[in-house]
Amino acid sequence: MKALVYIDHFKGEVQPASWEALGLAKSFGSASAVVFGSGVDAVAQAALEYGADEVLAADDPALLDFRAETYAATLATLASAHSPDLILFPTTTRTRELAAMSAVDLNSNVITDATGMEVSGDKVVATRPIYEAKLFEKVTCSSTPQFVTIRGRAFPKPEPQPGKSGTITKVEAMTDAITTVEGYSVADVGVSLNDAGVIVSGGRGVSNNPSLQPPAGLDDKQAEIWRAQQGFTLITELANTLGGAVGASRAAVDAGYIPYANQVGQTGKVVAPDLYIACGISGAIQHLAGIRSAKMVVAINKDADAPIFKVARYGVVGDLFQIVPALTEAFRKKLGK
Amino acid sequence: MKIIACIKQVPDSEAKVKAEGGTISWGDAPLVINPFDEYAVEGALQQREAQSGSTVTALCIGPESAKEALKHALAMGADDAILVSDPGLNELDTVGAARVLAAAINKIGGVDMVVFGRQTLDSGSGLTAAQTARVLGWPLLGLAGQIKVDAGSVTVERVIEEGRQSVKSKLPAIISVVQSIGEPRYPSFMGIRKASKANIPVLALGDLGIGAPAPLITRSELLNPPARETTIEIISGASPAEIADKLADKLIAEKVL
Repeated sequence: MKALVYIDHFKGEVQPASWEALGLAKSFGSASAVVFGSGVDAVAQAALEYGADEVLAADDPALLDFRAETYAATLATLASAHSPDLILFPTTTRTRELAAMSAVDLNSNVITDATGMEVSGDKVVATRPIYEAKLFEKVTCSSTPQFVTIRGRAFPKPEPQPGKSGTITKVEAMTDAITTVEGYSVADVGVSLNDAGVIVSGGRGVSNNPSLQPPAGLDDKQAEIWRAQQGFTLITELANTLGGAVGASRAAVDAGYIPYANQVGQTGKVVAPDLYIACGISGAIQHLAGIRSAKMVVAINKDADAPIFKVARYGVVGDLFQIVPALTEAFRKKLGK
Repeated sequence: MKIIACIKQVPDSEAKVKAEGGTISWGDAPLVINPFDEYAVEGALQQREAQSGSTVTALCIGPESAKEALKHALAMGADDAILVSDPGLNELDTVGAARVLAAAINKIGGVDMVVFGRQTLDSGSGLTAAQTARVLGWPLLGLAGQIKVDAGSVTVERVIEEGRQSVKSKLPAIISVVQSIGEPRYPSFMGIRKASKANIPVLALGDLGIGAPAPLITRSELLNPPARETTIEIISGASPAEIADKLADKLIAEKVL
């Protein structure tokens, strides 16, 4: 099977699932990495080191900013010339739009968020979560090329071979733009939930520390959010100690404790860490569905009857405000941090 | 401005969804407006308020029962609603939905802005807004957390993995919105009364002048997720420090760090 693998990057920072897509494509046959942008030599070189047979690079100042229309036209043109069976992408905000549009151009469609994939004849059959990961479906695309975006951490990441060389071919960029990018405000987002090996998450329970005295002048809601933020500080310290990401339940997000970007368990944030530590999370059905792919769950909760304990390997029935800092301290000592 | 909010009807988020005999069952859980699409309606209503003389039309593909989802949009404040319903639309993938929506948008005519939610709760592909834009040849302003219209142009604050990006295009445009657009307003009492009396027109494929798009993506199997086989071990001790120490040792031994 002949595959193109789209390497998604932001200002040269590659989304790690791009390499997982490259490794997956190699296991099916030949894999050409596709890199778009302006000044992308380093990304192209990295693609060779991660195992690409060749790199097809559209390197053009007009592609400096991701814009769905120009990128989709460039990809569709490239795919028409190379006739791949399959085009693989990591699932990101950009690739969803890019794949969506270029599939329209090529009279095909996209399978998103694949967590499993097998070859059947000249097609791939992909497994993907639906209904917030309460169910999975196996799907196939009858037209060629098949477009598939894969979930982060669902497939093994290949080992890079530093210094590996190969052919980098420049391809034409389609530059007819109908949108303009006026600027960025890049946030310090920390470790992404999608790529995290460890996630420490907080729920409604993070605001329930009775020993905290909020500053004067806050109304009840402000005081609750202030308390919750102190709780998330403890959670963030544990996550940082373990090199992990901070997550949250929908209840915590809805209550305004932490931004939506941290929410686990709604569609789009189905996570697959090796370790998921749930602090003060009771375990609503959507949340449990969202963490189903976690290899191990640890639950810390005051309520021994909380549903989260049903999916946990280790549990602590206790006060997260005492246990979480103690755990941070214990790991700092034992891991030498 | 003539604004359209595209919505879908899905099983409620609390539903216990299961695969039963190769089909999807959600028990007696209600069908509701896709929660992400409530943000689309909210975003559309905000733009109507910002530009005098604007209207918001809620547009949905679905069976007759999907009128309930449209009534929710009307109760939130949409001016009118249109259902696209046809037996030929029972098996629709995202490209098919995009072609039908594009035909409906063209049929409505004079549209300046179409607002989508970021994805649906059921299939969750998050492709339809981009594909509708591509079919129409309109710009896509995806994942907007803020929308600002000024003299025939629209600028959005787009929320991406790395932060925010400001993107501008001419109207008409397709916009998908994320949660930071603002909490969807609750239907008002007057809105609910108006919605309950609303006569929602239904368009069939023939009205749109298109045939039924054949799905390119087909499902071969439906799987319940494997049951998690865990036996829980409760860690206890005389003090938080002792509990933490035991738990940390266990997790290091499990090699999950």
